[in-house]
Amino acid sequence: MNTPLLSLQGLTKAYPGVVANDSVSFDIGEGEVHALLGENGAGKSTLVKMIYGLVKPDSGKMLLRGAAFAPSEPRAARADGIAMVFQHFSLFDALNVAENIALGMEKPPALRDLAARIREVSETYGLPLDPFRTVGDLSAGERQRVEIIRCLLQDPKLLIMDEPTSVLTPQEVEILFETLKKLRSEGTSILYISHKLEEIRALCDAATILRLGKNVGECVPSETSARDMAELMVGTVLQTPERAGRAFGEMALDISGLSVPSPSAFGTALKNVHLAVRKGEVLGIGGVAGNGQDELLGVLSGEILTAADAVKLMDRPIGRLGPTARRRLGLLTAPEERLGHAAAPNMSLTENALLTGSVREGLERNGFLRWSETQSFAERIIAEFDVRTPGPENAARSLSGGNLQKFVIGREVLQRPEVLVVNQPTWGVDASAAAAIRQALLDLAAKGTAVVCISQDLDELMEIADSFAALNEGRLSAPRETADLSVEEIGLMMGGAHGMEVAHV
Amino acid sequence: MDLSAINPVLLVASLMVAATPILLAGIGELVVEKSGVLNLGVEGMMITGAICGFAVTVETGSPALGFVAAAVGGALLSLLFAVLTQVALANQVASGLALTLFGLGLSALMGQGYVGIKPPSTPKLDIPVLSDLPVVGRILFGHDLVLYLGIALVAAVWATLKYTRAGLILRAVGENHDAAHALGYKVIRIRTLAILFGGACAGLGGAYISLVRVPQWTEGMTAGVGWIALALVVFASWKPWRVLLGAYLFGGVTVVQLNLQAAGVAIPVEYLAMSPYLVTILVLVILSADKSRAPASLGRSFHAAH
Repeated sequence: MNTPLLSLQGLTKAYPGVVANDSVSFDIGEGEVHALLGENGAGKSTLVKMIYGLVKPDSGKMLLRGAAFAPSEPRAARADGIAMVFQHFSLFDALNVAENIALGMEKPPALRDLAARIREVSETYGLPLDPFRTVGDLSAGERQRVEIIRCLLQDPKLLIMDEPTSVLTPQEVEILFETLKKLRSEGTSILYISHKLEEIRALCDAATILRLGKNVGECVPSETSARDMAELMVGTVLQTPERAGRAFGEMALDISGLSVPSPSAFGTALKNVHLAVRKGEVLGIGGVAGNGQDELLGVLSGEILTAADAVKLMDRPIGRLGPTARRRLGLLTAPEERLGHAAAPNMSLTENALLTGSVREGLERNGFLRWSETQSFAERIIAEFDVRTPGPENAARSLSGGNLQKFVIGREVLQRPEVLVVNQPTWGVDASAAAAIRQALLDLAAKGTAVVCISQDLDELMEIADSFAALNEGRLSAPRETADLSVEEIGLMMGGAHGMEVAHV
Repeated sequence: MDLSAINPVLLVASLMVAATPILLAGIGELVVEKSGVLNLGVEGMMITGAICGFAVTVETGSPALGFVAAAVGGALLSLLFAVLTQVALANQVASGLALTLFGLGLSALMGQGYVGIKPPSTPKLDIPVLSDLPVVGRILFGHDLVLYLGIALVAAVWATLKYTRAGLILRAVGENHDAAHALGYKVIRIRTLAILFGGACAGLGGAYISLVRVPQWTEGMTAGVGWIALALVVFASWKPWRVLLGAYLFGGVTVVQLNLQAAGVAIPVEYLAMSPYLVTILVLVILSADKSRAPASLGRSFHAAH
């Protein structure tokens, strides 16, 4: 047996109140793509931060090619050939590509020489990139290329990738995988962190699964079904949301020929958008972030006003009505950003329940608030959606992302909407909570509510949506029935706006 | 009204003197803000530098030692700000305002014995031939060394930010401190150093007022120059040469309006007195219409999360 490139032995790291990693051990071989799987909060990030020298383990040791390895800071880890592509890109928007790359290197050459090397590496690995463009102007896929090239310029032995595909179109994922496969063929090991199981099955040679900070199993992904891996990850048997066949009712929400400029300087204007949802139908809207999702949500929620006739709710023009008036008529929305848009971070769950529920739940009388009714409404949300919190008096900020998401979705669902619009309903939520949220949306549709689900998670849309449309640079494609739609077709509908050329390597 | 009493050569020479305190404080604050820290205590650090420089010059008889003491005094006061905001993670706006009030009070206390004293004069550059040239000699070669230091600092800061790795790291820390931390840069150490540099520059600027421009000590003698310097950095879009331009513009209009007042122009004094502020703001607002923007992490506290 060859010496593994990196061997982790009994790594433990505890934070006050929580053990992030509990005696985790596994090996990464030379030239191996090793997957690290786990739910949010399973301890994946803490583990890689220890390898990269950002966090010191409390106990346990690491061996790099058989020699003891204990990086005290990222610089030391980089010197030993460990490179990392971060989940939230660690880039500087105001600086250009070459400057960003220089910041991640120990002894960067002069900018002009560096630019030449960037061009060289980007061509070798099929990652087109102009070294003098400002990073703030790049797409998500291009930004990731900056990070990858920054790593590649240091000839890493081990490349750590933290959820690299969460922001990419299917075509961009394709390019990335070609690059990673080429790296593997050159002998570079890759530690690939993800919870997207199909990707791991397609790419990785071995997988380690973490749950609640413990190593709960290892497997060869290509020989293990995605379902088995998911159940190892979650620790329970997964419920697939059920979709009862149902007939759709009359038209609930209708947008025709809508064009609006974006309220923000970096936003995307909506161009000639047509959208129609019938009662009981779930319409899924896909597309890479920043293609008009926020603006579409704004138009539907009433944050962006339009011509009265452009938006119709059950044949009633509502384009000039604000959010509260629309809520009264039964059009409810749950925006993407949990803290700050869907919920006020420093206010209690009770107060947050009041903020959107006051009109439909009658939580307000003659300008006075009915606190006891509000509190029981909040308690009902907590009970029905299994929100893990000590009670409704806790601040929204104190909840974990998944729990708060369950709360904000539950808050709208329990108001019996006629039309419910959600943006990224399961973003950053673990698998079991995501399944619960999807089931709630489907149950709502079964009772005759029209649901519009804007999401970047294609698997989610395929699972719950009856029809699918894609947003691309503010244009909405014609909807198609999801039943006869393949992932490739979806990718094409999304326009693959960025870097369509698949790497030729 | 007698405009012929105004000597253009003297005007330009005194314009440069009037601009130097703002220039020094401004270029220091620019570096601080580029690192992502908003220090509103410039006025307090200036007045502290003014009294430190004045006292040491009077006691030792050496203006050079005085300027060194001013820089040290300003830096020491800024160290207090650095400890509050970088270590104790206090709010930068509140700490900066407190620093200004503290500096004003401290300087009044320290300066009690120095009111009405005339300090030893700061020697002017005297280069044979060059300094004796007509017009040019008086404008370019007839000043004290600190004035040239101010201009040299602008050039040095500009070149450092643009061409060196240290400058790149400083900008990176100001742009996105979390990313800089993730790459292994010491955010707090870099910011503390920037704050100290800003404090030293403000101290020098203050001493320039009490030793060269006015030369004497009175309580609160900086009279808002620190605030002008702060505003200048913003209107100059965090660009060193624009700080120089703004400072000279402000100094220039100040000197011109004083001369006009002396010449008895028939414009009410109040309008003349407000003209430097109006002209400087107007010009810099027009200049800052381009797309440059503040460092993205400006004013945000950094705490290394695990």
